[in-house]
Amino acid sequence: MRREALRRLLGLLRKEFLQIGRDSSALAIAFLLPSILLLLFGYGVSLDAKAVPIALVAEHPDPIAASFMGKFAHSPYFRPQRFLTLESAQKAFAAGRVEGIVLLRSDFGRKVFRGGARIGVIVNGVDANTARLVEGYVQNVAANWLEARARSEGLPSPSLIRADVRVWFNPALASRNYLVPGLMAINMTLTGALLTALVVAREWERGTMEALMATPVRMREILFTKLFPYYVLGMGGMAVSWAMAVWLFGVPFKGSLFVLFATTSLFLLATLVMGLLISSIARNQFLAAQIAIVVTFLPAFILSGFIFDLGSMPAAIRLITYLFAARYFVAILQTIFLAGDIWSVILPNAAALLAMSVLLLAAARFLARKRLD
Amino acid sequence: MRQRADDGPALLFEGVSRSFRTGGRVIRALDTVSASVERGALTGLLGPDGAGKTTLLRLAAGLLKPDRGRISVLGIDAVKEPARVQEQISYMPQNFGLYEDLSVRENLDLYADLKGLATAERQARFGELLNMTGLGSFTGRLAGRLSGGMKQKLGLACALLRTPALLFLDEPTVGVDPLSRRELWQLIDHLTGAQGVSVLFSTAYLDEAERCDAVLLLHEGRLLASGDPKSFAARMDGRSFLASGAGETRRRAVEKLSRLAGVIDARLEGGHIRLVTREKRAPPLPPELAGTELFRTQPRFEDSFVALLRAASPEGGPTPAFSAGAPRAAARGAEEIVVRHVSRLFGSFRAVDAVSFSVRRGEIFGLLGANGAGKTTMFRMLCGLIPANSGELRVAGYDLRRAAADARAQIGYMAQKFSLYGDLSVRENLRFFASAYRLFGARRRERMAWALESFDLAPLAETAAKDLSLGHKRRLQLASALMHEPQILFLDEPTSGVDPLARRAFWRQIGALAEEGVTILVTTHFMEEAEYCDRVVIMAEGRILAEGTPATLKARVESPENPEPTMEEAFVGLLEAAAREARAA
Repeated sequence: MRREALRRLLGLLRKEFLQIGRDSSALAIAFLLPSILLLLFGYGVSLDAKAVPIALVAEHPDPIAASFMGKFAHSPYFRPQRFLTLESAQKAFAAGRVEGIVLLRSDFGRKVFRGGARIGVIVNGVDANTARLVEGYVQNVAANWLEARARSEGLPSPSLIRADVRVWFNPALASRNYLVPGLMAINMTLTGALLTALVVAREWERGTMEALMATPVRMREILFTKLFPYYVLGMGGMAVSWAMAVWLFGVPFKGSLFVLFATTSLFLLATLVMGLLISSIARNQFLAAQIAIVVTFLPAFILSGFIFDLGSMPAAIRLITYLFAARYFVAILQTIFLAGDIWSVILPNAAALLAMSVLLLAAARFLARKRLD
Repeated sequence: MRQRADDGPALLFEGVSRSFRTGGRVIRALDTVSASVERGALTGLLGPDGAGKTTLLRLAAGLLKPDRGRISVLGIDAVKEPARVQEQISYMPQNFGLYEDLSVRENLDLYADLKGLATAERQARFGELLNMTGLGSFTGRLAGRLSGGMKQKLGLACALLRTPALLFLDEPTVGVDPLSRRELWQLIDHLTGAQGVSVLFSTAYLDEAERCDAVLLLHEGRLLASGDPKSFAARMDGRSFLASGAGETRRRAVEKLSRLAGVIDARLEGGHIRLVTREKRAPPLPPELAGTELFRTQPRFEDSFVALLRAASPEGGPTPAFSAGAPRAAARGAEEIVVRHVSRLFGSFRAVDAVSFSVRRGEIFGLLGANGAGKTTMFRMLCGLIPANSGELRVAGYDLRRAAADARAQIGYMAQKFSLYGDLSVRENLRFFASAYRLFGARRRERMAWALESFDLAPLAETAAKDLSLGHKRRLQLASALMHEPQILFLDEPTSGVDPLARRAFWRQIGALAEEGVTILVTTHFMEEAEYCDRVVIMAEGRILAEGTPATLKARVESPENPEPTMEEAFVGLLEAAAREARAA
């Protein structure tokens, strides 16, 4: 009996791998789509403001104003353009050629060391994120200039407190360094849940599931042979993503590959079983794809801390994020890449993933009876 | 290990019920069915579309649980021990259960693994099965690239890898051409005869019932009758007649005869018309049918089937033939469809090869052929959907190369696949198709009212199209194709999968259209339906093999052993003769 079970398993596995090899859409979902997403996020999307075009207007262009404005030219964050009048600057602003305006009043030079000097800053609130960054950077530039100016004139420092800020884990403050590891979790949900849900739904659609079930094959064998090949495929996708992250985008990798492998396995298991569960509810590919995207892919994007900070979410939404495996995995990935094997982060998150996998697996085993109804 | 219950029936249903819930409605697929299948016998499961045939087979294979009742398969309780049942049986589902992206050999390997066929036995068994099914030279081909007939044989080969004690086949011959069907029955006869396998198969082809040892007749989830098909026929003794010598066209005679009091069925059969009556006497003929002679004949299984169905669904009586709108002014007999030396290549493959034929106004013209013979390609060219590589195509006087759009405005087309909007109601579908043909306002209302009435769809006007029975779907499709009163009607396998009663009603409607001067081009797998055509061509491998009236084609295969061949025998005979010639050449 055991020989026969083994033969059935091997037969089903071989069939699954043959199908994967011949189905270009499976390979595309496992490798091509993750690569495209990585390239898109690695190169295209950045949450940092760098070389922001900004308009500089001095109502009374004297040496002090010129020195102040010169500071912008040296900042990596700005690409300043000089305008003679506020009106022409506003026109450029309205046309979207600049992201902000810095205005020095005519009395700037006179008041700057006596106090009461004011600069006007106009930022574009349509992109609130950039606006806030510009606002902060402008204040920074002004403070630095004042500091330098006071020192060169031998005057006391205008500010009494200086914050000495050091950034840990991501010293360059490059958003790519935490977006790319987070994106790997998103990519895994594509292979794990979407692809698995699709291939099982396809078996229902084409009537092959009915034929399988009428043979002596056991349901647990069908489940296993759907999990294992897509686990291998998902791991392959992960390897490609890791290589791109480290070698193409230069994301630091502080942790160990073994911990990455172990936690990825846990996360893949949870998403694969999720995919199986979806396909046992939706037995056609269209519906399966929709459900997979809504309950796995989108939450992984929005509710995992990948882009949107979990801490700043309303408490109710934050509670919901605990339902999705991606949340735990994004935390693990960002930690392994940027901070290293920090057990106090990895262990609780990994435990959550393990609990989730076990629960989902039990549900899948319970739901997947060898019946057509 | 031998079963203790070896003497009992292979399959036993006792008071089995099973319902399904879809969209708030409960459908009783099977309603207290008790039936049995004898060992070593070939048992046919017959019934119209939606009668519960597939549900019964799935229950028997342990794939569904009944709501009530007991099911015993080879003495095993299928409700409690489905896994043990599945070790003893084989089941081929409706679309053969093949992996289309795996090759023939890979499919065989997979099912051999699943059924626990030892490696040592494998070579011999594969060779035997490949030889039997004629698939030996196709082992490397992907299953998805096989023809319908070859898929069916591969599906059967997979089911037979380990000779099962009991074999279930769900509509094994649907969509398969007559030649492949014949080969399949030879395989199955061998199984039941020499190897003692019990076989239960479902089918919509009534002629297949006559080759069974026993039949189960299902209707709306209930077992209407069961037993030896000969006993079914015997019950009809004295109620079957053949009519001949009517002075009219045969179609018109069928129409008139079927309207006679006491007649429950009239259909074309060979050169005659077969009548089935409610009682054991010939119906009195009205004066206008004075020339007709009636004589008693041996009842066939189909006669009793129709009689039983008619008794079970009283509203299923003959539907009135109808008028398709204004009578045609133009003269009959003009050539409406002209095809001259038309060829179509796909790459280097000649799908249609120098084909010529023409169809006159008011004719029903049949395009017959096995799968892959080029029928669909021919159809698509005639609809102006794909261009011909060479030759001349004229439809309703328009050259399809120059004025395909004008030609299409004259054509009504009914596709083989369900081509309506499932979520729209019957009325909404009709309105949409009327608008698509640029009918608006009063004209559209008029045509919609006509369609609802003529096709008996008014009671279902607000039903979503996807919830209709297959027969009603077909009717709605035909109505939609006729909204703009086309001169020419193209029908691609219009009756495939439809039960016999719906098929009869369909052909009467087609006949009435032809009487009014609509030109009809039809493809069909049902050879007996070719009898309804005025002329037919038989296509094979892109060429025309034979052309003529059904009578002349049958005459070509007449022999002393078979003085009155059926249309199917003519078809198979002509194809085999062509294959012999090709081999000799």
